[in-house]
Amino acid sequence: MSDATTRYAITLVVNGVVREAEVPARRLLSDCLRHDLGLTGTHVGCEHGVCGACTVLLDGEPVRSCLTFAVTVDGHEITTVEGLARDGEPSPVQRAFTECHGLQCGFCTPGFLCTATAFLRENPTPTDEEVLEAVSGNLCRCTGYQNIVKAVHRAAEIQAELPTEPQPGLLQAENGSGDSGERGNTA
Amino acid sequence: MTTKLFGEPVRRREDARLVTGQGRYLDDLGPGALAAAFVRSPHAHARIRDIDVSAALDVDGLVAIYTWEDLPGALAEPLPLLIPHPALTHGRTAYPLAKDVVRHVGEPIVMVVAEDRYIAEDACALIDVEYEFLKPVVGVEEAVQGVHLVHEDVPGNVGAHMVQEVPSRDGRSAAEAIAAAPHTLEFRLDIERSACMPLEGKGVYARWDADDQSLRVYSSTQTSTSVRMAVAAKLGLPLPKVEVIAPDVGGGFGVKIVHPWPEEILIPWAARLLDREIKWTEDRREHFVSSAHERAQVQHVRVGFDDEGRVLGLDVTILHDNGAYTPYGIIVPIITSTQLLGPYKIGAYRVEFSSIYTNTVQVTPYRGAGRPQGVFCMERTMDRVAAYLGRDRTEVRAANFIGPDEFPYDQGLIFQDGRPLIYDSGNYPESLRMLKELIGWDSFPEMKARAAADGRRIGIGVGCYVEGTGVGPYEGGHVQVTSDGRVHVSTGLTSQGQGHETVFAQIAATELGVPIEKVSVVTGDTRRFGYAVGTFASRAAVMSGNAIALACRKVREKALRIAADALEADPRDLEITDGIVHVAGTPSASIPLATVAVLSNPLRYAFDEETKRATQFSGASSMDRPPVDEGEEPGLEGRDYYSPIRSTFASGMHAAIVETDPETAEITILRYAVVHDCGKLINPMIVEGQIHGGVAQGVGGALYEKMVYDEYGQLLNASFMDFLMPYATEVPRIETAHLETPSPLNPLGIKGAGEAGVIPVSAVIASAVEDAEAIPIDRMPISPSDLHTLRLRLAR
Ligand code: FES
Ligand code: FES
Repeated sequence: MSDATTRYAITLVVNGVVREAEVPARRLLSDCLRHDLGLTGTHVGCEHGVCGACTVLLDGEPVRSCLTFAVTVDGHEITTVEGLARDGEPSPVQRAFTECHGLQCGFCTPGFLCTATAFLRENPTPTDEEVLEAVSGNLCRCTGYQNIVKAVHRAAEIQAELPTEPQPGLLQAENGSGDSGERGNTA
Repeated sequence: MTTKLFGEPVRRREDARLVTGQGRYLDDLGPGALAAAFVRSPHAHARIRDIDVSAALDVDGLVAIYTWEDLPGALAEPLPLLIPHPALTHGRTAYPLAKDVVRHVGEPIVMVVAEDRYIAEDACALIDVEYEFLKPVVGVEEAVQGVHLVHEDVPGNVGAHMVQEVPSRDGRSAAEAIAAAPHTLEFRLDIERSACMPLEGKGVYARWDADDQSLRVYSSTQTSTSVRMAVAAKLGLPLPKVEVIAPDVGGGFGVKIVHPWPEEILIPWAARLLDREIKWTEDRREHFVSSAHERAQVQHVRVGFDDEGRVLGLDVTILHDNGAYTPYGIIVPIITSTQLLGPYKIGAYRVEFSSIYTNTVQVTPYRGAGRPQGVFCMERTMDRVAAYLGRDRTEVRAANFIGPDEFPYDQGLIFQDGRPLIYDSGNYPESLRMLKELIGWDSFPEMKARAAADGRRIGIGVGCYVEGTGVGPYEGGHVQVTSDGRVHVSTGLTSQGQGHETVFAQIAATELGVPIEKVSVVTGDTRRFGYAVGTFASRAAVMSGNAIALACRKVREKALRIAADALEADPRDLEITDGIVHVAGTPSASIPLATVAVLSNPLRYAFDEETKRATQFSGASSMDRPPVDEGEEPGLEGRDYYSPIRSTFASGMHAAIVETDPETAEITILRYAVVHDCGKLINPMIVEGQIHGGVAQGVGGALYEKMVYDEYGQLLNASFMDFLMPYATEVPRIETAHLETPSPLNPLGIKGAGEAGVIPVSAVIASAVEDAEAIPIDRMPISPSDLHTLRLRLAR
């Protein structure tokens, strides 16, 4: 049983805040975020890497937190759905999902929001095809996707209208540093 | 009604929390709770010889292990049979934990409680169950032979057998009408199993308050009131000591209306016993093998018709696979048999179904609840009739439509609510006209010819349905205006993403004349509203929507009465606008609803400036009457119920254009059009969303999703990897048009919309593929390899 019970101290920068946890080697990042750090916005729909509900940004890149052991991301930066808003204002992607009715039960939504956030950073003016491709790794059982696709386009529009400020959780990614940006390390 | 929000595409009030990760789903609650996990049967049919837990006892962090033998009293009895029916002569339900025999892979046998889920699963893995294998019964046609039995005491594996027959107007039976018809056809249809598959599985979290001797249960259920009654009964607790709350729920689609799930009574029981908070969150594999499936049926059809394609007689025999247990009775095959008739008047109709046990997961309603199968049957029939006569498929349908002036139309059957199947309203010819225009039906042959010239195969398909929505018995609403002017609305039924907080707020804001920002809505919380039925059968908007409207009308009437007193005006001259009661045409003579709320509750003690007005020396009350007048109650609140005489009947028609690849047999949906009539729309944006989601599930059922059981009763594709739900790339853009034929049955004139989108999709896709390929399509779903096989067979 020692494998299962030996705990490892890890330090993560989550949504710009330094967080520490002691986890067994087998602890999934999704469980670590949800249950050790209390960030329950990241959802688990399958725990086998298919639905994308658990998608978070690891150093700015979307990853499936249910396929990632928490110990393997020690020292890295993570952005979850809780970290997408800035200064209490919803991000362009969050706004667009609301405007376009891109969610119903909302369970898949955090995964789509994280996926779309990273996608629009790479590709701020996507075509229809590119948007479809970008969201085609995430399952939603409620919306039929039409409004999700619409929302990603709308988010691109909103983003284009904004003064060019970096997205939360992304600045760090580009810098590749542990500096957590404007919110400071107020763990 | 001065603040018109009813009918507007108001943005959802749920979204602010859901897009920021602030939703509270079941597994987000109780961070310190113990976790439960289950040992589930790996075999489809076996007798339990022995359960050895000794190896698990050493696991660090283990708290408790329970088997059936540990269960006291009513908990040790089989789970309730929720919907008894005289035709269900052999209803059978499972024990919360298996006693002696397991009847499907996934049936729970042992419950383990531990410090966390990882540890609970470690312990599960160390529990050794010894089985004696019994012959698994898989596939409805094998089962009905009755060679091997799922339940020893259910001969032939037949749970229920039911016949309904409606003679023609001239008194002929279906058999006579078919025999006398100029043309007859006979064929067989097959529909595979699928499942609801909400992205969030089930879950239960319970905490016992030892000081208060009360229990609070959170469940991702579609019916918290009924779970509450089940928990109280099973645990022998007084009802007021049990509260059940459905928090944010990540989709339901029917599977969460079934209750109590074993976990819904076991977790509360253990929480009380151990006096510890306990939570169980279903994982995806558990959901596949231990929740519920639907759809699987084999249908035999005989139809007689005239030269116009009018159906003179229809005889349908259905073999319905109900899986291992029947907790939800025979609702699904009843709906199939009755809703099969769709928008048509059929000469004479006979339908017979047998509901058959197999060693597979139980079958209970999944969005559409038997309708997709019924519609598949009827619409395939219409297409065959058209093909036989060489007539246009829409013409044959139109020849059979119930006319717009024939409502109410009595189909002569008994519906799922035990009441006559009488359609309240509809306009089918107009729907069809709109649909043909939307998809370009009449110009399609040209398009097809052009495609053919390019070596492409395309086809067009159509499907019509009528959906009984808003079934009773009732729902209620409570509306309270507090002294801060806020409006608190509650209703007992639950939400799984339908946007109830928004639409019910729209109704309340419109009825009361208050800004929607002042309105808050609570659903599925027995602390707030104890009487309810639940969310299913596209009933929430109709039932709770109307109940809330009626409750608001009571509140409004009372508010106007009190305001009239205060303003010395006639209540009939008063209006409420933006939360202010005022004399129509004289805005200065006004009083805020907040103040009315204060005045409605005579006070002894003031707690702020506003409430001083209601105290005894303020001069507010008349000396000639008691402070609370006869027949009055303190407070500005109202409660009312809506209980309909019968269901409402929404309807719709879909059309699709598909392309089939001549080489790979890949099927692509090029266009998908929907005309939908659910009566008055409360929020068109939300209705549209419901349609999109329904169609997407329908596309899954038509082209991708099936539960693959092997001969041993093993579910071979119990993961999202292998059970193919559509991604964004598989769902076409859906073009919609709305017709609003109000229901005469309820004050708001609404019908339900929740299930509509999914209902005709398999029929539509089959119709379109058949048109593209000129191969009869008689089973769903159809995959490229299925189509390929059909082509080969036809070529031979
Ligand atoms: S929960 Fe991680 S992909 Fe489904
Ligand atoms: S909104 Fe429910 S799963 Fe996507």
